[in-house]
Amino acid sequence: MILQAPLLEATSIRKRFGGFVALDAVDVTIRPGERVGLIGPNGSGKSTLVNCLSGAITNDTGTIRFDGRAIERLPAHHRTRLGIVRTFQMPLPFASMSVVGNLTIPLRFAARYRPGCSEGKNDFEQALLILEDVGLRDKAHASSAGLTQVEMRKLELARAVAARPKLLIADETMAGLSNAEVDEIISLLLKLNNQGVAIIMIEHIMRAVMAFSQRTIVLVAGKKIADDSPDVVMNDAEVVRAYLGE
Amino acid sequence: MTRVPSWVWPIVVAGLVLAASRVVKNEYYMFAGYVVLQYVVLASAWNILGGYSGYVNFGSAAFFAIGAYGTVVLDKLWQPPLVVAIFLGGIVASLVGLVTAYLTLRLRGVFFAIATLALAIVLQTLVMNWDYVGGPLGYYCVRPDSIVGFPSYVNYLFVVMLALAVIAVLVARAIESSFIGRGLAAIRDNELAAECCGVPTLRLKVFATMVSGGLMGMAGAPFPYYITYLDPNSAFSFAYGINSIAMPLVGGMTRWIGPVIGAVLLAVIQQVATVTISSELNLMIVGGLLIGFITVAPNGIVGLFEQYGQQRHGRASP
Amino acid sequence: MVTFNLLLNAVVTGILLGGFYAAVTVGITIAFGMLDIVNIAHPVFIVMGSFIAYIVNRNFGLDPLLAVILAMPLFFLLGIVIFRFYYAAFEKSGKGSLRGLAFFFGVLFVVEVTLLLAFGVDYRLVQTSYIGPNIGFDHIDLPLRMVIPFAGSITLVTGLHLFFSHTFIGRAIMAVAQDEFALSLMAVDTVAVRQLAFGVAIATAAIAGGFLIVIQPVDPSLGREYIGRVFAICVLGGLGSITGTVIAALILGVIETITSTLFGPSWAPAVSFAALLLTLAIRPSGIMGR
Repeated sequence: MILQAPLLEATSIRKRFGGFVALDAVDVTIRPGERVGLIGPNGSGKSTLVNCLSGAITNDTGTIRFDGRAIERLPAHHRTRLGIVRTFQMPLPFASMSVVGNLTIPLRFAARYRPGCSEGKNDFEQALLILEDVGLRDKAHASSAGLTQVEMRKLELARAVAARPKLLIADETMAGLSNAEVDEIISLLLKLNNQGVAIIMIEHIMRAVMAFSQRTIVLVAGKKIADDSPDVVMNDAEVVRAYLGE
Repeated sequence: MTRVPSWVWPIVVAGLVLAASRVVKNEYYMFAGYVVLQYVVLASAWNILGGYSGYVNFGSAAFFAIGAYGTVVLDKLWQPPLVVAIFLGGIVASLVGLVTAYLTLRLRGVFFAIATLALAIVLQTLVMNWDYVGGPLGYYCVRPDSIVGFPSYVNYLFVVMLALAVIAVLVARAIESSFIGRGLAAIRDNELAAECCGVPTLRLKVFATMVSGGLMGMAGAPFPYYITYLDPNSAFSFAYGINSIAMPLVGGMTRWIGPVIGAVLLAVIQQVATVTISSELNLMIVGGLLIGFITVAPNGIVGLFEQYGQQRHGRASP
Repeated sequence: MVTFNLLLNAVVTGILLGGFYAAVTVGITIAFGMLDIVNIAHPVFIVMGSFIAYIVNRNFGLDPLLAVILAMPLFFLLGIVIFRFYYAAFEKSGKGSLRGLAFFFGVLFVVEVTLLLAFGVDYRLVQTSYIGPNIGFDHIDLPLRMVIPFAGSITLVTGLHLFFSHTFIGRAIMAVAQDEFALSLMAVDTVAVRQLAFGVAIATAAIAGGFLIVIQPVDPSLGREYIGRVFAICVLGGLGSITGTVIAALILGVIETITSTLFGPSWAPAVSFAALLLTLAIRPSGIMGR
C-alpha cells in the first residue's frame, strides 16, 4: 500500500465537561479511502470524538488537520463543506420536508462548495440519483417524518452522501436493526467506500466492524487503547477486559 | 395559458386598493386601513425570522419604535421627506437587529426570545429618559397640511404604508423561495442537522433578523405623522409584540401569504372590537386566538388548507 | 447630594429588595431552570396573587400574607392544571419549547387583560400594621414593609432549597431535571414528578404576590416589568440553582437600588434587562451554571 498523506490528522484531542474528562489526548489519523472502525464501551468518548471532529463541539486542546488544513476553529458547516460529514446516532430528518427535499439541503449548502461536484445536473435530479443508490427512490416524495427505522437510517446516510464527503463518520447507523438490515447498510457503506470516501464506522455490532474495517480504533474512558487491524485488536487483552469488565 | 407568477398578485391587489383609495372620500377608512397595512408589514417582517427559522422575537415593538423615534429625531433636525425617514429608520433598526442577533443567536432560541423582550424594555427606558424626544411627555409631530399628488396627507400616509406592505410581502416571498428560505427551514426543523449539512446557521439567522428588524423599523417611521402625538407607551405598545406573533401564527407561518391573512383578519377584528366593545377586550381576543391556534392549529389557516390538500393528494411538501 | 448614609441605606434596601426578588424568581428557577418550561407568564400569576391578597384584605380584613398562604394550595392546583394542558399540547409531541413559549405569552396576555377588566387600571394597596413604620438602628432606616417580605422570602427560598436537597420528592425533581430519559427508563413517572414541580413553582407565585403588594401598590400590568427581572436573575444565577438565584437576586436588587438612588427611579427597569443582555452575551451559563 502506497503511503499517502493523511486525510485527517487529529492530535492530542482533549475535552472536559466540567470535572469530567471525556477525551484524554486522543490521536486519530485517517488516510484517504480508508475504512476505520471506532469501538468502545458506552461513555468511552466516541460520540464526543465525533462531535469534536465534525465541529459540533470544540475540543479544549489538540489540533485537527484535514487535507493539510487546520480546522479545529472552524464551525461545523464549514467542515462539512470541506468534506467531513457525519451522521447522527438518532436520525435527525428535516421533518417538514419530503425525503428528496432533505437531500437538497446538503446538496445546496455543502456539495456546491466541493470543487468538481454538482456540475450539470440540478439538485433535485442529483438527490433522486442518491436515493436510487440507497434504495429510497420510491419514497422520494413521502414525508420524512413517517419512515421506518431502517428507512430513517438510510435517509440519514443519503443526506450525508449528498454532501459529497471525503470522510464520512457513520455514528451507530445500525443500532437496533435486523441482521438483513445491517447487511444492507454495510453494503451501502462499502459501495460508498469504493467511490473513494474514507469512512469511520462507530458501532457496537462487532461482526459489522470486523467485516467492514481495515483498521480498528478502541476508545476506553476517553483514552485510545488500541489502533490496529481488527483481528489484532479483538484479541488484545486490554480490549477484551474493557468489554467484559474488570 | 401561462401561469401567473405569484409575486404579481400582491402588486395587483395593491393596485386595486390604491385605485379604491382615490375614490373613497371617508378618511376613517384611510386611518383604519393604515393600521391594517402596518400590521401586514409587521407580521410579514416578523415571520421572516419567526416563521421561517423558528426564532421567536418578542421585541417587535423595539424595532418599530426605532423607526418611529428616528423620525422624531429627524423631524426635529431637518424635516426630511418621509421616504428618507423610512429608509434611515430601516437601516438603524436593521443594525440594532444585527447586534442583538450576533450576541444572542449562538444560544438556544429561548434565550434569543427573552433577549428580544429585554431589548424592548431597555430601549423604552432609554427613550423615556431622553428629553430630546420628549421623554415621558411625548412629542407632538406636526402633520403637513398637504402633499403634491394626493388629496390629503393622510391619504399619502395610507399609500406609503401600502407600498411598504407590498415591499414587505415581496421580500418575504423572495426569501422564502430562495436558498436562504430553504436554509432557514432546515434550521427550523433541526438546527444541529442543518449546521452539519453545511448550512451556515449563524449567518442566515443574523441575516433574517436584520431584514426582519429593518422592515419593522420602516413600518414605524411614518407613525409619528400618522398619530401626531407620540409617546413611549404608544410607540412601544405591547400590542405590537403580541400581534406580530399572533398574526403569522393564525395565518400560517410557513408561507408569505400567512402573515397577510392573519394581519388582515386580526387587525380588522381588533378595529371592529375597539369600536364596538372596548380596546382591552380586543387584546384579549388576540391572546385567546394565539393560545387557541398554537394549541390546535399551529400551522395556522394556511396550514389547515395545506393539510386538507395533502389528505386529498397524499403528497408531502418538497 | 450623595452621602455615605444615602448609599448605605440604598445598599441595605437593595439587599431587602433582592431577597424579595429571589422569592419572585424561584418559581422560574424551578419551571425554566429545572423543567425547561419557559413560563414567561409567571409574573402575571404573581400579580394575580397580589390581587387575591387585595380582595381578601379589603373584604375580610385578613392579613395579605396570610391570605396568600391560604391561596397556595389553589395556585398549586392551578399549576398542575396548566402543566397537564401544556404537556398534552406541546411536550408530548416534542414540538420544542418555542411553541410553549408563545403559548405562555398568550396566557400572560389573557390573564393580564382579565385582571384589567376585573379591577381596572388603578393601583391597589393593602392595609396592614407593618406598612408604614420603619425600624431603624444606627444610620440605617428600614421600612418594615420590606423587612417582613424579605424575611418571608428567605424562609421560602431556604425551605425550597431544603426540599430539593433533602426530601425524596425534591431530589426526584432534581434528578428528572438532570436526566429525564434515564429516569424514565427506570420506571419513574417523570411526568408526574414534573407536574408536581410545576405546581410548586406556581404556588410560589401566590406567596410572592403577597410580598409584592405589601412592598408596593400593584396594577395589572406590573407583571411585565418583572419578566426581564426574573429571567435576568434566573440566567445570571445559572438556571436551575436556587443558591445562584438568591445570589443573583441580591446583586440585582442592590444594583437597581443604587441606580435608582443615583440616577432616578425611571432607570430601574433598564438595569435588570441590561444585566440580562450582558449575561447572555458574555456568560450565558451564569454564576453557578453548569
